[in-house]
Amino acid sequence: MASEPIKQVAGTGIYVPGDDIDTDRIIPARFMKCITFDGLGEYLFYDVRKTEDGADKKHNLNDPRFSGASILISGNNFGCGSSREHAPQSIRRAGFNAVIAGSFAEIFYGNSTNLGIVCVTVTDADREVLGKAIEVNPGLEITIDVNDHKVWFGDQYVTCDMRPGARSSLLIGTYDPLDELLEGIEEVTKTAETLPYMSA
Amino acid sequence: MGQSLFEKVWNTHAVRQLSNGQTQLLIGTHLIHEVTSPQAFGMLRDRGLSVKYPERTFATVDHIVPTNEMTEPYSDALAQGMIEELRRNCAESNIKFFDTNTGMQGIVHIVGPEQGITQPGTTIACGDSHTSTHGAFGAIAFGIGTSQVRDVLATQTIALNKLKVRRINVDGELRPGVYSKDVILYIIRLLGTKGGNGFAYEYGGSTFDRMTMEERMTVCNMSIEGGARVGYVNPDEITFDYLKGRPYSPQGSAWKEAVESWKSITSDADCNYDDVVDINAADIEPTVTWGITPGQGVGINENIPAVDEGKTQSERDSITEALEHMQFEGGSPVKGKKIDVAFLGSCTNGRLSDLQEVAKYLKGRKVAEGVQAIVVPGSQIVSLIATELGLDKIYKEAGFEWRGAGCSMCLAMNPDKLIGDQLCASSSNRNFKGRQGSPTGRTMLMSPLMVAAAAITGEISDAREVFGVGVPVSA
Repeated sequence: MASEPIKQVAGTGIYVPGDDIDTDRIIPARFMKCITFDGLGEYLFYDVRKTEDGADKKHNLNDPRFSGASILISGNNFGCGSSREHAPQSIRRAGFNAVIAGSFAEIFYGNSTNLGIVCVTVTDADREVLGKAIEVNPGLEITIDVNDHKVWFGDQYVTCDMRPGARSSLLIGTYDPLDELLEGIEEVTKTAETLPYMSA
Repeated sequence: MGQSLFEKVWNTHAVRQLSNGQTQLLIGTHLIHEVTSPQAFGMLRDRGLSVKYPERTFATVDHIVPTNEMTEPYSDALAQGMIEELRRNCAESNIKFFDTNTGMQGIVHIVGPEQGITQPGTTIACGDSHTSTHGAFGAIAFGIGTSQVRDVLATQTIALNKLKVRRINVDGELRPGVYSKDVILYIIRLLGTKGGNGFAYEYGGSTFDRMTMEERMTVCNMSIEGGARVGYVNPDEITFDYLKGRPYSPQGSAWKEAVESWKSITSDADCNYDDVVDINAADIEPTVTWGITPGQGVGINENIPAVDEGKTQSERDSITEALEHMQFEGGSPVKGKKIDVAFLGSCTNGRLSDLQEVAKYLKGRKVAEGVQAIVVPGSQIVSLIATELGLDKIYKEAGFEWRGAGCSMCLAMNPDKLIGDQLCASSSNRNFKGRQGSPTGRTMLMSPLMVAAAAITGEISDAREVFGVGVPVSA
């Protein structure tokens, strides 16, 4: 079950502004009462999008101009908080293949990469330029070039950064690491044998 | 050049390097619960894989359990389905499950230590970000996602980047009425919610040397709120005393060997840290959060910041958003904000010592009219011992509801939720928008005694004044 390498992702973008967008915001805990991840896309950013009586709030996420977006753009420390994989699962299931942020919380970043969601960091100033370009032209195609550290939009680009392990695992196609972990199983057994508490 | 505990434990558990440069790291101890594990078992089934080391995985149920009506079937069919799924998965894979009928169920980060499963020099993973709690014992403990829960079940390993290590020294004596919760809220305020990104936090200094295990657990628990996936304290005699004689602790001759080995994995005096931060314990005040991230905290006698106090546009935007959600005025005192709910519990502060400390001051006091105050012991064992000590009576007489064990209102996946824009004084770990079950609900984080002070007065108060903490009786 080797994964396909991901060298670039392309699509239209949507800007969800704010720093410290936490995992409770991405997927409120009340929607985690489930034993599969199916259907979670429906609840992505639920309380950001909806009022308490279920009406749509005024937000980019409810704006039909951005309805087909597959690249999410946000602020610093995106995905902070819980380790719930429900967060990137809901992002993926709502149709997003990439997140561009100022920075990412660590557990979220790893969880997203495991699912093949491309997470790149772009400076505040460059994200502002990108955000404005989308606002003017919501249909603008954005291309994230994983190999080249560039985010293209129209004929412009800004540079982006990725964690080294994440970048190479996307390029090699090992972002879901299970196959490779299984290949090392004999060495796992050997390491375990050196640890008294593992055999106690 | 010596090595830090982190490096030593990492090196003894590193299996090999993976093609992307990450390390395949052995996870010695795996803890699971009902929210983040069922999908992982599903993935194993889809691939025809089995659990490699079932004896190294331990399960309990905590997030969805009701704390008042605890007989099954639960009124919430989804919650009932989740507990049944965990039972089925544990039975099929021969995994030890501390179920609700064992007398040992509780929040996973409370159960591990109280059973002696959490041990120094080990690696621990759990599909829960507060797994950093177990670092209090000198374990390297990671919160992981569900795909990684799958990886641990199938291979007892995960793929990880090595972390840098930041040493955080806190020296001196904490002033009366200042608790380990205030220490970690102070650290997060100082270093920020993303300051720990890429780091393991090693906590040390004379303040930590004096702390009990339960106090150390409170600090390590909230490392993730400062962005650090891992937080730990070097093990010492306090650690060994805590572990001795617990059900899963090494017994007989193995105990002595284990202690020797645990002593050998502590950080060497000449080890190199990637960063060092020094804090004076006397600078720490009882701390309360006023906003929507755990870094938005102030001392109890300080004012909530005004928007123009933000140094950057992004800080000003954050303050604006927080003030709007909390319905607070910038520049106003944090003290005196009227509360609706007081929540005492969670993996941060739901341990026996938390309940004991508050109970010392509660006798003869009554919860303010209009305030709902609930106590949720972190485990059935905490609840049992507290009841044997008569603490439940003290709480009930003061007007608190005494509940069953679980995560409860920390994240409100069970029936315990804020309603509308209620304001909650909470001993838990996150004040995110909507965290306590209502999208407009408001959370202020603080120590258990500060929660009690707010419950008694009906508003955010200085517990030292309310309870006369540190004031000589004759004065």
